Amino acid sequence: MEKHELTCIQCPIGCALTVTVDGENVTVTGNTCPRGRVYGIKEVTHPSRTVTSTVPVTDGEIPRLSVKTRTDIPKEKIFDVMEVIRKTKVKAPVNLGDVIIENVCGTGTDVIATKSVK
Amino acid sequence: MQSHDIVIIGGGPAGLAAAEAAYDAGARDILILERDVRLGGILNQCIHNGFGLHTFGEELTGPEYAERYINMVEERGIRYKLRTIVADIDENKRVTYVNGEEGAVTVQAKAIILAMGCRERPRGALGLPGYRPAGIFTAGTAQRLMNIEGYLVGRRVFVLGSGDIGLIMARRMTLEGATVCGVAELMPYSGGLNRNIVQCLNDYNIPLKLSHTVTMIHGKERVTGVTISEVDGNRRPIPGTEEYYDCDTLLLSCGLLPENELSKSAGIELDRVTGGPVVNDRLQCSVPGVFACGNVLHVHDLVDFVSEEAERAGKNAAHYVAEGEGSDGEATVLKAGPGVRYTVPQTLDAGLMDESVKVRFRVSDVYRDRSVSLYYDGRLISKRKKRIMAPGEMEELILKKSSFDRPVSEIRIAVED
Repeated sequence: MEKHELTCIQCPIGCALTVTVDGENVTVTGNTCPRGRVYGIKEVTHPSRTVTSTVPVTDGEIPRLSVKTRTDIPKEKIFDVMEVIRKTKVKAPVNLGDVIIENVCGTGTDVIATKSVK
Repeated sequence: MQSHDIVIIGGGPAGLAAAEAAYDAGARDILILERDVRLGGILNQCIHNGFGLHTFGEELTGPEYAERYINMVEERGIRYKLRTIVADIDENKRVTYVNGEEGAVTVQAKAIILAMGCRERPRGALGLPGYRPAGIFTAGTAQRLMNIEGYLVGRRVFVLGSGDIGLIMARRMTLEGATVCGVAELMPYSGGLNRNIVQCLNDYNIPLKLSHTVTMIHGKERVTGVTISEVDGNRRPIPGTEEYYDCDTLLLSCGLLPENELSKSAGIELDRVTGGPVVNDRLQCSVPGVFACGNVLHVHDLVDFVSEEAERAGKNAAHYVAEGEGSDGEATVLKAGPGVRYTVPQTLDAGLMDESVKVRFRVSDVYRDRSVSLYYDGRLISKRKKRIMAPGEMEELILKKSSFDRPVSEIRIAVED
Protein backbone atom coordinates (compact mmCIF):
# COMPACT_ATOMS: atom_id res chain seq x y z
CA MET A 1 0.00 0.00 0.00
CA GLU A 2 1.38 3.42 -0.91
CA LYS A 3 0.18 6.89 -0.01
CA HIS A 4 0.60 10.09 -2.06
CA GLU A 5 0.06 13.61 -0.75
CA LEU A 6 -1.11 16.00 -3.50
CA THR A 7 -2.58 19.46 -3.91
CA CYS A 8 -5.64 19.41 -6.14
CA ILE A 9 -5.43 21.95 -9.00
CA GLN A 10 -8.99 21.72 -10.32
CA CYS A 11 -10.00 24.99 -8.67
CA PRO A 12 -8.50 27.71 -6.42
CA ILE A 13 -9.46 25.90 -3.18
CA GLY A 14 -6.45 23.58 -3.60
CA CYS A 15 -7.64 20.69 -1.42
CA ALA A 16 -4.89 18.59 0.20
CA LEU A 17 -5.52 15.12 -1.21
CA THR A 18 -4.27 11.82 0.10
CA VAL A 19 -4.32 9.13 -2.56
CA THR A 20 -3.89 5.56 -1.35
CA VAL A 21 -2.97 2.83 -3.81
CA ASP A 22 -3.63 -0.73 -2.65
CA GLY A 23 -3.11 -3.02 -5.63
CA GLU A 24 -5.98 -2.27 -8.02
CA ASN A 25 -7.73 -0.20 -5.41
CA VAL A 26 -7.13 3.57 -5.51
CA THR A 27 -8.87 5.75 -2.93
CA VAL A 28 -8.83 9.52 -2.55
CA THR A 29 -9.48 11.40 0.68
CA GLY A 30 -9.33 15.12 1.45
CA ASN A 31 -11.19 16.10 -1.72
CA THR A 32 -14.36 18.18 -1.40
CA CYS A 33 -15.81 17.45 -4.82
CA PRO A 34 -15.87 14.66 -7.44
CA ARG A 35 -13.35 16.46 -9.66
CA GLY A 36 -10.75 16.11 -6.91
CA ARG A 37 -11.22 12.34 -6.87
CA VAL A 38 -10.76 12.05 -10.64
CA TYR A 39 -7.69 14.31 -10.51
CA GLY A 40 -6.12 12.39 -7.61
CA ILE A 41 -6.53 9.02 -9.31
CA LYS A 42 -5.11 10.27 -12.63
CA GLU A 43 -2.14 11.97 -10.96
CA VAL A 44 -1.17 8.77 -9.21
CA THR A 45 -1.91 6.25 -11.96
CA HIS A 46 -1.20 8.10 -15.26
CA PRO A 47 0.22 11.58 -14.63
CA SER A 48 0.75 13.46 -17.88
CA ARG A 49 1.88 16.94 -18.96
CA THR A 50 2.19 19.05 -22.08
CA VAL A 51 5.85 19.91 -22.70
CA THR A 52 6.67 23.32 -24.19
CA SER A 53 10.09 24.56 -25.27
CA THR A 54 11.91 26.30 -28.11
CA VAL A 55 14.24 25.25 -30.93
CA PRO A 56 16.64 27.39 -32.96
CA VAL A 57 15.32 28.55 -36.34
CA THR A 58 17.64 29.74 -39.11
CA ASP A 59 16.85 32.21 -41.91
CA GLY A 60 13.83 33.53 -40.00
CA GLU A 61 12.80 36.94 -38.71
CA ILE A 62 13.43 35.69 -35.14
CA PRO A 63 16.05 33.22 -33.82
CA ARG A 64 13.86 30.86 -31.75
CA LEU A 65 10.72 28.89 -32.61
CA SER A 66 8.37 27.93 -29.77
CA VAL A 67 7.11 24.31 -29.80
CA LYS A 68 4.89 21.98 -27.76
CA THR A 69 3.80 18.37 -27.60
CA ARG A 70 0.45 18.23 -29.41
CA THR A 71 -1.11 16.37 -26.47
CA ASP A 72 -0.08 15.45 -22.93
CA ILE A 73 2.72 12.94 -22.61
CA PRO A 74 3.44 10.65 -19.64
CA LYS A 75 5.17 12.71 -16.95
CA GLU A 76 8.14 10.34 -16.68
CA LYS A 77 8.98 11.01 -20.36
CA ILE A 78 9.40 14.78 -19.95
CA PHE A 79 13.21 14.77 -19.76
CA ASP A 80 13.55 12.25 -22.65
CA VAL A 81 11.39 14.52 -24.80
CA MET A 82 13.42 17.57 -23.79
CA GLU A 83 16.60 15.73 -24.81
CA VAL A 84 15.25 15.27 -28.35
CA ILE A 85 13.89 18.83 -28.55
CA ARG A 86 17.30 20.17 -27.51
CA LYS A 87 18.98 18.44 -30.49
CA THR A 88 16.46 19.78 -33.01
CA LYS A 89 17.06 22.67 -35.42
CA VAL A 90 14.69 24.02 -38.07
CA LYS A 91 14.75 26.36 -41.05
CA ALA A 92 12.25 29.16 -41.71
CA PRO A 93 9.56 29.50 -42.94
CA VAL A 94 7.55 27.59 -40.36
CA ASN A 95 3.80 27.75 -39.86
CA LEU A 96 1.94 27.40 -36.59
CA GLY A 97 0.97 23.74 -36.23
CA ASP A 98 3.76 22.34 -38.46
CA VAL A 99 5.13 19.02 -37.19
CA ILE A 100 8.70 19.57 -35.94
CA ILE A 101 9.34 16.09 -34.42
CA GLU A 102 7.14 13.14 -35.32
CA ASN A 103 6.04 10.67 -32.63
CA VAL A 104 8.53 12.01 -30.12
CA CYS A 105 10.15 9.26 -27.99
CA GLY A 106 7.49 6.79 -29.08
CA THR A 107 4.81 8.67 -27.13
CA GLY A 108 2.50 8.68 -30.15
CA THR A 109 2.35 12.47 -30.08
CA ASP A 110 4.19 15.00 -32.28
CA VAL A 111 6.10 18.10 -31.29
CA ILE A 112 4.54 20.99 -33.24
CA ALA A 113 5.32 24.66 -33.85
CA THR A 114 3.32 27.14 -31.74
CA LYS A 115 4.41 30.20 -33.74
CA SER A 116 4.72 31.11 -37.40
CA VAL A 117 8.19 32.32 -38.41
CA LYS A 118 8.65 33.96 -41.80
CA MET B 1 -1.54 66.85 -38.87
CA GLN B 2 -2.85 63.42 -39.77
CA SER B 3 -5.83 62.22 -37.78
CA HIS B 4 -7.24 58.81 -36.88
CA ASP B 5 -10.49 57.76 -35.28
CA ILE B 6 -8.86 55.37 -32.82
CA VAL B 7 -5.17 55.12 -31.91
CA ILE B 8 -4.26 52.08 -29.82
CA ILE B 9 -1.04 52.26 -27.80
CA GLY B 10 0.39 48.74 -27.66
CA GLY B 11 -0.08 45.65 -29.83
CA GLY B 12 -0.17 43.00 -27.10
CA PRO B 13 -3.24 40.99 -26.10
CA ALA B 14 -5.15 44.06 -24.91
CA GLY B 15 -4.39 46.20 -27.96
CA LEU B 16 -5.22 43.41 -30.41
CA ALA B 17 -8.55 42.52 -28.80
CA ALA B 18 -9.48 46.20 -28.50
CA ALA B 19 -8.72 46.73 -32.21
CA GLU B 20 -10.76 43.71 -33.29
CA ALA B 21 -13.75 44.74 -31.18
CA ALA B 22 -13.57 48.40 -32.26
CA TYR B 23 -13.62 47.28 -35.89
CA ASP B 24 -16.55 44.95 -35.31
CA ALA B 25 -18.41 47.82 -33.63
CA GLY B 26 -18.06 49.87 -36.82
CA ALA B 27 -14.77 51.75 -36.49
CA ARG B 28 -12.54 51.60 -39.58
CA ASP B 29 -9.81 54.19 -39.11
CA ILE B 30 -7.84 52.34 -36.43
CA LEU B 31 -4.07 52.47 -35.90
CA ILE B 32 -2.10 50.21 -33.53
CA LEU B 33 1.34 51.42 -32.41
CA GLU B 34 3.68 48.66 -31.20
CA ARG B 35 7.29 49.09 -30.17
CA ASP B 36 8.42 45.46 -30.64
CA VAL B 37 9.25 43.79 -33.96
CA ARG B 38 6.02 41.79 -34.01
CA LEU B 39 2.53 41.98 -32.60
CA GLY B 40 1.51 39.80 -29.64
CA GLY B 41 3.32 41.48 -26.76
CA ILE B 42 4.33 39.38 -23.77
CA LEU B 43 2.46 36.33 -25.15
CA ASN B 44 5.30 35.77 -27.62
CA GLN B 45 7.62 34.78 -24.79
CA CYS B 46 5.01 32.90 -22.72
CA ILE B 47 5.60 29.65 -24.56
CA HIS B 48 3.91 27.51 -21.85
CA ASN B 49 0.32 26.36 -22.16
CA GLY B 50 -2.76 27.26 -20.16
CA PHE B 51 -4.05 30.23 -22.15
CA GLY B 52 -7.44 30.46 -23.83
CA LEU B 53 -9.66 28.14 -21.78
CA HIS B 54 -12.22 30.93 -21.28
CA THR B 55 -11.86 32.62 -24.70
CA PHE B 56 -11.51 29.65 -27.04
CA GLY B 57 -12.49 26.69 -24.83
CA GLU B 58 -9.13 25.02 -25.39
CA GLU B 59 -5.71 25.17 -23.86
CA LEU B 60 -3.21 27.13 -25.98
CA THR B 61 0.34 28.36 -25.53
CA GLY B 62 0.95 32.12 -25.42
CA PRO B 63 2.20 32.41 -29.02
CA GLU B 64 -0.79 30.40 -30.31
CA TYR B 65 -3.19 32.64 -28.41
CA ALA B 66 -1.45 35.73 -29.80
CA GLU B 67 -1.52 34.42 -33.36
CA ARG B 68 -5.31 33.99 -33.25
CA TYR B 69 -5.74 37.66 -32.37
CA ILE B 70 -3.04 38.77 -34.82
CA ASN B 71 -4.97 36.90 -37.54
CA MET B 72 -8.21 38.65 -36.55
CA VAL B 73 -6.45 42.01 -36.87
CA GLU B 74 -4.89 41.05 -40.23
CA GLU B 75 -8.18 39.70 -41.62
CA ARG B 76 -9.88 43.00 -40.84
CA GLY B 77 -7.10 44.97 -42.49
CA ILE B 78 -6.48 46.99 -39.34
CA ARG B 79 -3.32 49.08 -39.71
CA TYR B 80 -0.40 48.78 -37.32
CA LYS B 81 3.12 50.12 -37.05
CA LEU B 82 5.90 47.99 -35.53
CA ARG B 83 9.20 49.22 -34.02
CA THR B 84 7.27 52.35 -33.15
CA ILE B 85 7.42 53.88 -29.71
CA VAL B 86 4.94 56.41 -28.42
CA ALA B 87 6.77 59.34 -26.86
CA ASP B 88 3.86 61.46 -25.71
CA ILE B 89 0.11 61.76 -25.43
CA ASP B 90 -1.42 65.10 -24.51
CA GLU B 91 -4.78 66.01 -22.98
CA ASN B 92 -6.13 66.93 -26.44
CA LYS B 93 -5.51 63.36 -27.61
CA ARG B 94 -2.52 64.17 -29.80
CA VAL B 95 -0.19 61.18 -29.98
CA THR B 96 3.51 61.61 -30.79
CA TYR B 97 5.30 58.46 -31.92
CA VAL B 98 8.82 57.77 -33.15
CA ASN B 99 10.15 55.14 -35.53
CA GLY B 100 13.12 54.61 -37.83
CA GLU B 101 11.24 55.37 -41.05
CA GLU B 102 9.14 58.41 -40.22
CA GLY B 103 11.09 60.00 -37.39
CA ALA B 104 8.89 61.79 -34.86
CA VAL B 105 5.26 62.16 -35.95
CA THR B 106 2.28 63.68 -34.16
CA VAL B 107 -1.24 62.50 -35.03
CA GLN B 108 -4.63 63.64 -33.77
CA ALA B 109 -6.84 60.85 -32.36
CA LYS B 110 -10.58 61.07 -31.79
CA ALA B 111 -10.24 58.25 -29.26
CA ILE B 112 -7.22 56.59 -27.68
CA ILE B 113 -7.04 53.12 -26.18
CA LEU B 114 -4.27 52.67 -23.63
CA ALA B 115 -2.93 49.11 -23.84
CA MET B 116 0.71 49.48 -22.77
CA GLY B 117 0.71 46.59 -20.30
CA CYS B 118 2.86 46.46 -17.21
CA ARG B 119 6.49 46.17 -16.09
CA GLU B 120 8.18 44.00 -13.51
CA ARG B 121 9.23 45.37 -10.16
CA PRO B 122 13.03 45.61 -10.50
CA ARG B 123 15.75 44.93 -7.94
CA GLY B 124 16.16 48.64 -7.21
CA ALA B 125 12.58 48.78 -5.94
CA LEU B 126 13.07 45.85 -3.56
CA GLY B 127 15.94 47.11 -1.40
CA LEU B 128 17.92 43.86 -1.50
CA PRO B 129 21.29 44.10 0.28
CA GLY B 130 24.49 43.06 -1.47
CA TYR B 131 26.72 44.04 -4.38
CA ARG B 132 25.52 44.55 -7.94
CA PRO B 133 26.91 41.47 -9.69
CA ALA B 134 25.77 40.07 -13.01
CA GLY B 135 23.23 37.28 -12.75
CA ILE B 136 20.24 39.12 -11.26
CA PHE B 137 17.28 39.15 -13.63
CA THR B 138 13.60 39.83 -13.34
CA ALA B 139 11.82 36.60 -14.26
CA GLY B 140 10.28 38.12 -17.39
CA THR B 141 13.65 39.36 -18.64
CA ALA B 142 15.09 35.87 -18.16
CA GLN B 143 12.05 34.50 -19.98
CA ARG B 144 12.63 36.80 -22.94
CA LEU B 145 16.36 36.02 -23.11
CA MET B 146 15.60 32.32 -23.01
CA ASN B 147 12.50 31.93 -25.16
CA ILE B 148 12.97 34.69 -27.73
CA GLU B 149 16.74 35.07 -27.93
CA GLY B 150 17.85 31.58 -26.90
CA TYR B 151 20.20 32.21 -23.95
CA LEU B 152 20.30 30.12 -20.77
CA VAL B 153 20.79 32.85 -18.19
CA GLY B 154 22.21 30.64 -15.42
CA ARG B 155 22.97 27.10 -14.21
CA ARG B 156 22.16 27.29 -10.49
CA VAL B 157 19.19 29.49 -9.87
CA PHE B 158 17.35 30.88 -6.86
CA VAL B 159 13.99 32.61 -7.31
CA LEU B 160 12.70 35.42 -5.08
CA GLY B 161 8.94 35.87 -5.21
CA SER B 162 6.31 33.30 -6.12
CA GLY B 163 4.60 35.25 -8.89
CA ASP B 164 3.49 33.14 -11.83
CA ILE B 165 6.35 34.16 -14.13
CA GLY B 166 8.90 33.12 -11.49
CA LEU B 167 7.22 29.73 -11.10
CA ILE B 168 7.00 29.22 -14.86
CA MET B 169 10.69 30.12 -15.19
CA ALA B 170 11.69 27.73 -12.38
CA ARG B 171 10.24 24.90 -14.49
CA ARG B 172 11.57 26.23 -17.77
CA MET B 173 15.16 26.48 -16.50
CA THR B 174 14.92 23.02 -14.92
CA LEU B 175 13.83 21.58 -18.28
CA GLU B 176 16.80 23.26 -19.95
CA GLY B 177 19.21 21.61 -17.54
CA ALA B 178 19.65 24.27 -14.83
CA THR B 179 19.25 23.48 -11.13
CA VAL B 180 16.66 25.58 -9.34
CA CYS B 181 17.57 25.59 -5.64
CA GLY B 182 14.38 27.11 -4.32
CA VAL B 183 11.75 29.84 -4.35
CA ALA B 184 11.38 32.28 -1.44
CA GLU B 185 8.13 34.17 -0.87
CA LEU B 186 7.90 37.05 1.59
CA MET B 187 4.19 36.51 2.26
CA PRO B 188 2.76 33.50 4.10
CA TYR B 189 0.90 32.53 0.90
CA SER B 190 1.96 32.20 -2.72
CA GLY B 191 1.41 35.00 -5.19
CA GLY B 192 1.02 32.52 -8.05
CA LEU B 193 -1.75 30.20 -9.17
CA ASN B 194 -2.08 26.82 -7.45
CA ARG B 195 -1.68 25.05 -10.76
CA ASN B 196 1.76 26.62 -11.19
CA ILE B 197 2.92 25.66 -7.68
CA VAL B 198 2.01 22.05 -8.45
CA GLN B 199 3.17 21.78 -12.05
CA CYS B 200 6.25 24.01 -11.90
CA LEU B 201 7.62 23.40 -8.39
CA ASN B 202 6.19 20.17 -6.91
CA ASP B 203 6.70 18.26 -10.19
CA TYR B 204 10.44 18.99 -10.00
CA ASN B 205 10.85 18.89 -6.19
CA ILE B 206 11.71 22.60 -6.01
CA PRO B 207 11.13 23.86 -2.46
CA LEU B 208 8.81 26.85 -1.88
CA LYS B 209 9.76 28.73 1.27
CA LEU B 210 6.85 30.90 2.40
CA SER B 211 7.54 33.83 4.77
CA HIS B 212 11.16 33.99 3.58
CA THR B 213 13.16 36.61 1.75
CA VAL B 214 16.65 37.20 0.39
CA THR B 215 18.73 39.07 2.98
CA MET B 216 22.08 39.09 1.13
CA ILE B 217 23.22 38.73 -2.46
CA HIS B 218 26.80 37.42 -2.57
CA GLY B 219 29.34 37.94 -5.37
CA LYS B 220 31.02 40.97 -6.92
CA GLU B 221 31.38 40.14 -10.61
CA ARG B 222 28.75 37.40 -10.80
CA VAL B 223 26.27 36.15 -8.23
CA THR B 224 27.93 33.42 -6.14
CA GLY B 225 25.09 32.76 -3.71
CA VAL B 226 22.22 34.20 -1.70
CA THR B 227 21.37 34.20 1.98
CA ILE B 228 17.70 33.86 2.78
CA SER B 229 15.97 34.39 6.12
CA GLU B 230 12.58 33.68 7.57
CA VAL B 231 10.45 36.78 8.23
CA ASP B 232 8.09 37.53 11.10
CA GLY B 233 4.48 38.73 10.94
CA ASN B 234 5.71 42.23 10.09
CA ARG B 235 7.84 40.84 7.23
CA ARG B 236 11.06 41.58 9.12
CA PRO B 237 13.89 39.01 8.88
CA ILE B 238 14.29 36.88 12.01
CA PRO B 239 17.96 36.78 13.14
CA GLY B 240 19.34 33.27 13.37
CA THR B 241 17.20 31.85 10.55
CA GLU B 242 19.75 32.57 7.78
CA GLU B 243 20.36 29.87 5.19
CA TYR B 244 22.96 30.11 2.42
CA TYR B 245 22.29 28.90 -1.14
CA ASP B 246 25.09 28.46 -3.61
CA CYS B 247 23.85 29.83 -6.97
CA ASP B 248 24.96 31.90 -9.97
CA THR B 249 21.61 33.48 -10.76
CA LEU B 250 18.81 35.19 -8.87
CA LEU B 251 15.43 35.61 -10.56
CA LEU B 252 12.99 38.19 -9.23
CA SER B 253 9.25 37.63 -9.48
CA CYS B 254 8.04 40.27 -7.08
CA GLY B 255 5.07 41.90 -8.68
CA LEU B 256 3.99 43.78 -11.77
CA LEU B 257 3.35 47.49 -12.12
CA PRO B 258 1.06 49.03 -14.75
CA GLU B 259 3.09 51.20 -17.14
CA ASN B 260 1.42 54.61 -17.06
CA GLU B 261 4.07 57.20 -17.89
CA LEU B 262 2.11 58.13 -21.04
CA SER B 263 -1.16 58.29 -19.12
CA LYS B 264 0.46 60.78 -16.73
CA SER B 265 1.62 62.98 -19.58
CA ALA B 266 -1.97 63.09 -20.83
CA GLY B 267 -3.11 64.25 -17.39
CA ILE B 268 -5.09 61.09 -16.71
CA GLU B 269 -6.10 60.43 -13.11
CA LEU B 270 -4.50 57.26 -11.70
CA ASP B 271 -5.67 54.93 -8.93
CA ARG B 272 -3.04 54.61 -6.20
CA VAL B 273 -3.90 50.98 -5.46
CA THR B 274 -4.08 49.54 -8.99
CA GLY B 275 -1.41 51.86 -10.40
CA GLY B 276 -3.66 52.20 -13.45
CA PRO B 277 -6.13 54.86 -14.63
CA VAL B 278 -9.39 55.49 -12.80
CA VAL B 279 -12.11 54.35 -15.23
CA ASN B 280 -15.89 54.34 -15.46
CA ASP B 281 -18.07 51.38 -16.50
CA ARG B 282 -17.17 52.05 -20.18
CA LEU B 283 -13.46 51.80 -19.22
CA GLN B 284 -13.08 55.48 -20.05
CA CYS B 285 -10.43 57.44 -18.15
CA SER B 286 -10.73 60.90 -16.60
CA VAL B 287 -9.90 62.41 -20.03
CA PRO B 288 -12.99 61.81 -22.22
CA GLY B 289 -12.28 59.62 -25.24
CA VAL B 290 -9.30 57.88 -23.65
CA PHE B 291 -9.98 54.25 -22.71
CA ALA B 292 -7.78 51.74 -20.87
CA CYS B 293 -7.67 47.95 -20.79
CA GLY B 294 -5.44 45.03 -19.89
CA ASN B 295 -2.48 45.21 -17.56
CA VAL B 296 -2.05 48.96 -17.95
CA LEU B 297 -5.40 49.28 -16.17
CA HIS B 298 -4.77 46.66 -13.46
CA VAL B 299 -2.66 43.52 -13.42
CA HIS B 300 -4.60 40.44 -14.50
CA ASP B 301 -4.00 36.74 -13.75
CA LEU B 302 -5.34 35.42 -17.05
CA VAL B 303 -4.99 36.75 -20.58
CA ASP B 304 -8.55 35.59 -21.25
CA PHE B 305 -9.79 38.30 -18.88
CA VAL B 306 -7.54 40.85 -20.61
CA SER B 307 -9.09 40.02 -23.99
CA GLU B 308 -12.62 40.27 -22.63
CA GLU B 309 -11.94 43.62 -20.95
CA ALA B 310 -10.11 44.98 -24.03
CA GLU B 311 -13.02 44.04 -26.28
CA ARG B 312 -15.27 46.16 -24.09
CA ALA B 313 -12.82 49.08 -24.31
CA GLY B 314 -12.62 48.71 -28.10
CA LYS B 315 -16.39 48.61 -28.52
CA ASN B 316 -16.86 51.64 -26.25
CA ALA B 317 -14.17 53.61 -28.08
CA ALA B 318 -15.96 52.90 -31.40
CA HIS B 319 -19.25 54.12 -29.91
CA TYR B 320 -17.52 57.24 -28.57
CA VAL B 321 -16.17 58.05 -32.04
CA ALA B 322 -19.57 57.47 -33.66
CA GLU B 323 -21.83 59.14 -31.10
CA GLY B 324 -19.70 61.29 -28.85
CA GLU B 325 -19.69 60.94 -25.16
CA GLY B 326 -23.41 61.25 -24.51
CA SER B 327 -24.72 62.97 -21.43
CA ASP B 328 -22.65 62.44 -18.36
CA GLY B 329 -24.99 62.03 -15.44
CA GLU B 330 -23.98 61.91 -11.82
CA ALA B 331 -21.37 59.19 -11.46
CA THR B 332 -21.82 56.49 -8.87
CA VAL B 333 -18.58 55.75 -7.04
CA LEU B 334 -17.45 52.18 -6.39
CA LYS B 335 -15.67 51.77 -3.08
CA ALA B 336 -13.49 48.90 -1.92
CA GLY B 337 -14.83 48.01 1.53
CA PRO B 338 -13.10 45.92 4.23
CA GLY B 339 -11.18 42.97 2.77
CA VAL B 340 -11.24 44.39 -0.78
CA ARG B 341 -8.14 46.08 -2.20
CA TYR B 342 -9.62 47.72 -5.25
CA THR B 343 -12.38 47.61 -7.83
CA VAL B 344 -12.30 48.21 -11.59
CA PRO B 345 -14.19 50.22 -12.73
CA GLN B 346 -14.05 52.85 -10.00
CA THR B 347 -17.14 54.76 -11.16
CA LEU B 348 -20.37 53.88 -12.91
CA ASP B 349 -23.02 55.84 -14.76
CA ALA B 350 -26.30 54.09 -14.01
CA GLY B 351 -28.06 56.04 -16.76
CA LEU B 352 -25.69 55.10 -19.57
CA MET B 353 -24.53 51.69 -18.38
CA ASP B 354 -25.03 48.46 -20.36
CA GLU B 355 -27.67 45.98 -19.16
CA SER B 356 -24.96 44.51 -16.97
CA VAL B 357 -21.47 45.62 -15.98
CA LYS B 358 -18.69 43.33 -14.79
CA VAL B 359 -16.76 44.63 -11.80
CA ARG B 360 -13.38 43.04 -11.14
CA PHE B 361 -11.71 43.24 -7.75
CA ARG B 362 -9.03 41.72 -5.57
CA VAL B 363 -9.26 40.76 -1.92
CA SER B 364 -6.50 41.78 0.47
CA ASP B 365 -5.84 38.44 2.23
CA VAL B 366 -6.64 34.73 1.96
CA TYR B 367 -10.24 34.26 3.12
CA ARG B 368 -12.01 30.91 3.67
CA ASP B 369 -15.79 30.56 3.90
CA ARG B 370 -16.50 34.27 3.80
CA SER B 371 -19.04 36.27 1.81
CA VAL B 372 -18.81 39.03 -0.74
CA SER B 373 -21.39 41.68 0.13
CA LEU B 374 -22.66 44.38 -2.18
CA TYR B 375 -24.13 47.61 -0.78
CA TYR B 376 -25.85 50.53 -2.52
CA ASP B 377 -25.65 53.56 -0.22
CA GLY B 378 -25.49 51.25 2.78
CA ARG B 379 -28.37 49.00 1.65
CA LEU B 380 -27.36 45.32 1.36
CA ILE B 381 -28.14 44.27 -2.22
CA SER B 382 -26.55 40.81 -2.36
CA LYS B 383 -24.38 38.51 -0.33
CA ARG B 384 -22.60 35.58 -1.89
CA LYS B 385 -20.69 32.90 0.03
CA LYS B 386 -17.24 31.91 -1.29
CA ARG B 387 -15.28 28.83 -0.24
CA ILE B 388 -12.00 30.58 -0.79
CA MET B 389 -10.68 33.93 -1.98
CA ALA B 390 -7.02 34.88 -2.34
CA PRO B 391 -5.17 38.02 -3.44
CA GLY B 392 -3.69 36.08 -6.36
CA GLU B 393 -7.08 35.20 -7.87
CA MET B 394 -9.12 38.05 -9.32
CA GLU B 395 -12.80 38.09 -8.28
CA GLU B 396 -15.76 39.43 -10.22
CA LEU B 397 -19.26 40.63 -9.60
CA ILE B 398 -21.98 41.56 -12.10
CA LEU B 399 -24.02 44.72 -11.58
CA LYS B 400 -27.38 44.74 -13.36
CA LYS B 401 -28.84 47.96 -14.70
CA SER B 402 -32.22 46.81 -13.38
CA SER B 403 -30.88 46.85 -9.81
CA PHE B 404 -30.59 50.64 -9.95
CA ASP B 405 -34.25 51.40 -9.30
CA ARG B 406 -33.33 54.68 -7.58
CA PRO B 407 -30.28 56.96 -7.71
CA VAL B 408 -27.23 55.53 -5.94
CA SER B 409 -24.21 57.61 -5.02
CA GLU B 410 -21.98 54.88 -3.60
CA ILE B 411 -21.56 51.18 -4.33
CA ARG B 412 -19.50 49.26 -1.80
CA ILE B 413 -18.06 45.76 -2.08
CA ALA B 414 -16.81 44.11 1.10
CA VAL B 415 -15.67 40.75 2.45
CA GLU B 416 -17.80 39.76 5.44
CA ASP B 417 -18.59 36.73 7.61
